[in-house]
Amino acid sequence: MAKKLPAVDVALVGFGWTAAIVAEELTAAGLDVLALERGAWRDTPTDFAVTFAQDELRYMWRRSLFQEPARQTLTFRNSMDQTALPMRHLGSFLPATGVGGAGIHWNGQNWRFLPTDFVARSHNEARYGTLPESMTVQDWGVTYDELEPYYDKFEYLCGISGKAGNIKGRIQDGGNPFEGPRARDYPNPPLDMVYGPTLFAAAARETGHKPFPCPAANMSRAYTNPLGVTLAPCSYCGFCEKFGCGNYSKSSPQTTILPVLMRRNNFELRTQCEVLRVNCDSSGKRATSVTYIDTEGREFEQPAEMIFLCAFAQHNVHLLLLSGIGKPYDPKSGEGVVGRNYAYQIVSSVDVFFDDKIINPFVGAGGLGVGIDEYNGDNFDHGGLGFIGGGYLACWNTHGRPIELHPTPKGTPKWGSKWKEAVARNYLTTATISTHGAVMSYRTNYLDLDPTYRDAHGRPLLRLTFDFGDNEHRMSDYLTDRAAEIAKAMKPREIHAKKRNGHYSVVPYQTTHNTGGAAMGTDPRTSFVNRYLQSWDVPNLFVMGSSVFPQNAGYNPTGTIGALTYAAVDAVKNIYLKNPGPMVQA
Amino acid sequence: MNIAAACLFLACILGLAAEAAAADTSFARVERGRYLVTAGDCVACHTASGGKPFAGGRPIQTPFGTIFSANITPDRETGIGAWTDEEFYNALHSGVAPSGAHLYPAFPYPYFAKVTREDVQAIRAYLGTLDPVKSTPPPPDLAWPLGHRFLMSGWNGLFFDQGTFQPTAGKSDEWNRGAYLVQGLGHCGACHTPKNFAGGDETDQALQGGLVQGWFAPDITNAQRTGIGSWSADDLVEYLETGRNKHSGATGLMAEVVADSTSGLSKQDLHAIAVYLKGQEGRQAENTDPPPQKVMAAGKAIYSDSCSGCHQMNGKGVPGMFSPLAGSASAQSNDPTTLVRIVLQGTRTVPTDTRPTPATMPAYGWKLTDGQIAAVLTFVRNEWGNAAEPVEAGDVESVRRALRSSSRTAK
Repeated sequence: MAKKLPAVDVALVGFGWTAAIVAEELTAAGLDVLALERGAWRDTPTDFAVTFAQDELRYMWRRSLFQEPARQTLTFRNSMDQTALPMRHLGSFLPATGVGGAGIHWNGQNWRFLPTDFVARSHNEARYGTLPESMTVQDWGVTYDELEPYYDKFEYLCGISGKAGNIKGRIQDGGNPFEGPRARDYPNPPLDMVYGPTLFAAAARETGHKPFPCPAANMSRAYTNPLGVTLAPCSYCGFCEKFGCGNYSKSSPQTTILPVLMRRNNFELRTQCEVLRVNCDSSGKRATSVTYIDTEGREFEQPAEMIFLCAFAQHNVHLLLLSGIGKPYDPKSGEGVVGRNYAYQIVSSVDVFFDDKIINPFVGAGGLGVGIDEYNGDNFDHGGLGFIGGGYLACWNTHGRPIELHPTPKGTPKWGSKWKEAVARNYLTTATISTHGAVMSYRTNYLDLDPTYRDAHGRPLLRLTFDFGDNEHRMSDYLTDRAAEIAKAMKPREIHAKKRNGHYSVVPYQTTHNTGGAAMGTDPRTSFVNRYLQSWDVPNLFVMGSSVFPQNAGYNPTGTIGALTYAAVDAVKNIYLKNPGPMVQA
Repeated sequence: MNIAAACLFLACILGLAAEAAAADTSFARVERGRYLVTAGDCVACHTASGGKPFAGGRPIQTPFGTIFSANITPDRETGIGAWTDEEFYNALHSGVAPSGAHLYPAFPYPYFAKVTREDVQAIRAYLGTLDPVKSTPPPPDLAWPLGHRFLMSGWNGLFFDQGTFQPTAGKSDEWNRGAYLVQGLGHCGACHTPKNFAGGDETDQALQGGLVQGWFAPDITNAQRTGIGSWSADDLVEYLETGRNKHSGATGLMAEVVADSTSGLSKQDLHAIAVYLKGQEGRQAENTDPPPQKVMAAGKAIYSDSCSGCHQMNGKGVPGMFSPLAGSASAQSNDPTTLVRIVLQGTRTVPTDTRPTPATMPAYGWKLTDGQIAAVLTFVRNEWGNAAEPVEAGDVESVRRALRSSSRTAK
C-alpha cells in the first residue's frame, strides 16, 4: 500500500532540461514544486571534475550516464507484422538517467526549427498538393513567430554561441539566411573555427551555398545568464556528447539553472524515485497524484495540483499508456492519440580524406562546426523530387576520441594490420560532413504497450514500431549527394559517402532525437496536448519535451524543446493559474 | 487642573515610561542585534554541522586542542537564558562566564571587548528572540595544563588589552567605522593576524596573515604583492558582498564568513571595512631569487596539462569563475599552506544569491605527486611577473600529512 504524502502545488516527473525550466519559473511564481527523478543527483564538480570527466571507457563504452536496459528498455519491430523484441543494449539512441537528463550528455547543437516546420501539413499541401494517405503529418498549433520570444529566452539562458542570419527580417551576412526572423543576435559570438569546417565553408561557398557557424551551447567566452549563473569558456577538449562537462562550458540544467533553483526553499528534489503511474480521480478528468517507488521498493503516493511529465520522450508516452490516460492509438482504425505520430531522424555522412591537410579532430566541441541550410525543410523547391522535408549539412569538429574515432576509407578491412595502418594514416587528416534529416510521421510508426515483455516493476514494456519511409530515404539520399558534391569541392584525396540504406535498425547509434507519441495540435482527435502542452482530457496534466512533436524536423530538437517549455509555463502562469481548466476549448 | 485631568496627565507619563522600558525588545533594537550578530558571524562557530543554529557544539581546532562552542540560545539550563545582561556583557568584554570561569580565546572576546555596551545589549536582545535549544556542548579536549581554565587569567594579563573601541582622531568617520568592525565584531584578526606561541595576536603584524585550522588566512593589509594592494575598495566590497571579484573567490573558512556574515552587511559598512583595510600599510614582500629553470620548466608542463583549461595559459583565469593567478596575492602569499591544500583537496567558491555558481576546483592530491605539486606551485608563484619563495616537496608532504590526520580526528 502506497504511503500518501502531503500535497504539493506542482509535481514534475523526471528532472532534466524541461523540469528544471518549469521548476525555476514556477518556484519564482511562488508555487511549491517537487521534482521526482529516477536517477541520482549529479553536479559538475563532484561528478564531472576535469581530472576524470574525459574517461572514454567509462562514459562512452560503459555508458555511465545512460539508462540501463536491464532496468528499463523497450521492445522494437520495423512493422506491424513482426514480433517486437526487447532492446537489450542501447544502440540507435541513448536515453539518460539522473539529474540533468540528456541535458548532461548532449553535444550542445542548439537550433531553431523553420517557420514552415510548424505548419508542415498546410504549407506542403499548399505548395505541392495533397500528402500521401500514409502520412499523419500535421500542423503544430503554434507558429514560429509565437515561439520566437521563447527560443530567445532559452538561447539566453544557455548562452548560445552563434551568428544570427535574420534579425527582424534583415538578412545578416555570415549567418544562416534561411532561419526565421529573430529579435536579436545570439548572446555569444561563434566558437573559434577550426580547419576542417573552414575548408567545408570555402567549398560550400564555391558551390553556391551560404555557410555559417553552427549555433552551439558550448561557450565561446565566459557568460553570465539572466539568472546570474556563470559559464566558463570552452577549452575545446572534445568530450561533449556522451559526457558531462567539467569546465562549466556546456549548457546543461546544472550549469544554467540548478545553482539558483536549488537555493529556493519552495523547491524540492527527490532523487532515485521512479514514478510508476499518474493517478486520476473517478471522472478521469483530473490528475490527483503520482505513485512512485524508491530504491528500497517502498511506494509513495504524491498528490499535486498540477503534474508535468518531463521524462524522455518515450518515457512520457509509456507513463500515459500505463496510467490509462488518453485514448491509445490504434493504427488499424487510425483512432486514438497516445502513441500516435512517433518519429525519429535520418542521418548520413560523407568522410573526406586528405593527405596534405592536418584536421586535428581532437580540437573539438560538441557544437563546433559550419553548416548550410539550403536543403532543410522547405528552403528549396521539392517539385519533382518525390519527398518533402530535408535537413542541414554540417562539417563538425566535435571530437577525436581515440576509442570512438577511426576514419578509414571504403574497402578498408574492419581489423588487423591493414586497418591499423589506415587509421594511423587518416586519423589526423579526415573531415566528415554530416546530414541531419527530418522524419515524417506515418500511420504505421507508433508506440504502444508490448503484449509480452515486462519491466522490473512488472509493467508492460513500451513497444516501438518504426521504419523509415520512401520519403525519408529519397530525402536522405538527396542530402548525401549534395554533401558529396561539396566534399569533392574540398579537393580531397578521396571521399566515402555513407548513405542510410534499408530498414531502420535499432542497433547502430544514430541520434537520440526521438519524437512524438503525445503530439500537440489543434484537434483532440489527432493530438494529446493543446498548443500549451496541456492534456485535452486532463487539464491539470502537462507533457513537456519532444514527445509533443507531431513529426520531426531536420534539426537537433533541444532548442525547440526549450522554447515550447517556456511558452507552456508562461501560459500556465498567465492563464491557467488565474483560471485552472482547459486553456484551449476544443 | 482637576483630578480627572491630573490622572490623564499621569497616565500619559506612565505610558511613556512603559514604552521606554519596552524599547529593550523593540523591533529596531532586535533588528540591530540581528545585524550585529551577522557582523560577528556568531552563527558560524556556535552551530554544529547539521545542528540547530546558535546551539553550539561545533569543534574549534586550535594549536592546543579542540574546543567546542557554547550554546547561545536562550535555554535557561544549557544556553544563556539565565544570564543577566551584565553577565552577558562581561562574557563578551572580559571572557568571564557568570560562573566565574574563564572562557578560552577561541571565543574571540579580545575582539568583542571593543564592542560598545549599546551594541552588546542589542545582540543580547536579538539572541533572546531565538528558540531555546537544550544542548550542552562536549567539554574541551586540550593538552595539559590548558584544561585548567584559571590559567586563562594569566593569558589575559599577557595578551588581552581590555577596553571598548576608541575612535582615532584625525581619521575619517568611515575609517573609524571600518576599524570598529574589523577590530571588534568582525574579529578579522582572529584568523588574519599571526599568533604567538601562546595563541595571542602578534599585534605588530596585525592582519598580515595567519595559520588557522590548516588554512593560511591571507595578508589583508594593503601590501602590494602579498596583500590587497592591487584591489580597489570597491573590489573588496564586491568580494565581501558576493564572495567573488575579478581577483579571487572565497573558499575554505572565508566561504563561511561571506555566506553567514559579510554578504549580509550593508554596502556602507563593507565600504568602511574596505577603507580601513586599504589604510593598513602592512609589510612589503621581500625580493626572492628566481627558482631554478628546471623546476619552472617542469611546473609549466604540469600547469599546461592540468591547470590551463580553467586558469588559462596566461594565468588570467576567468574572472568571477576561475581565479586569476597572475598577480594574485594568494598565489604569492608568504605561506603557501592554502595553495597546497587547494591543489591537494580541491575547493569550492562559495555560492551567494548574486553569484550563485559554485565554481569549483577538483582535487589533484590523488593525481599529482608532492614533487609535481611543488613544481607547479613554484611555477605559478614565479610566472607572469609573480615572485615568491619556491614550494618544496616537503611542504606539500607536511600539508598532506596534516590533512590526513585531521580527517582521522574528525571522524
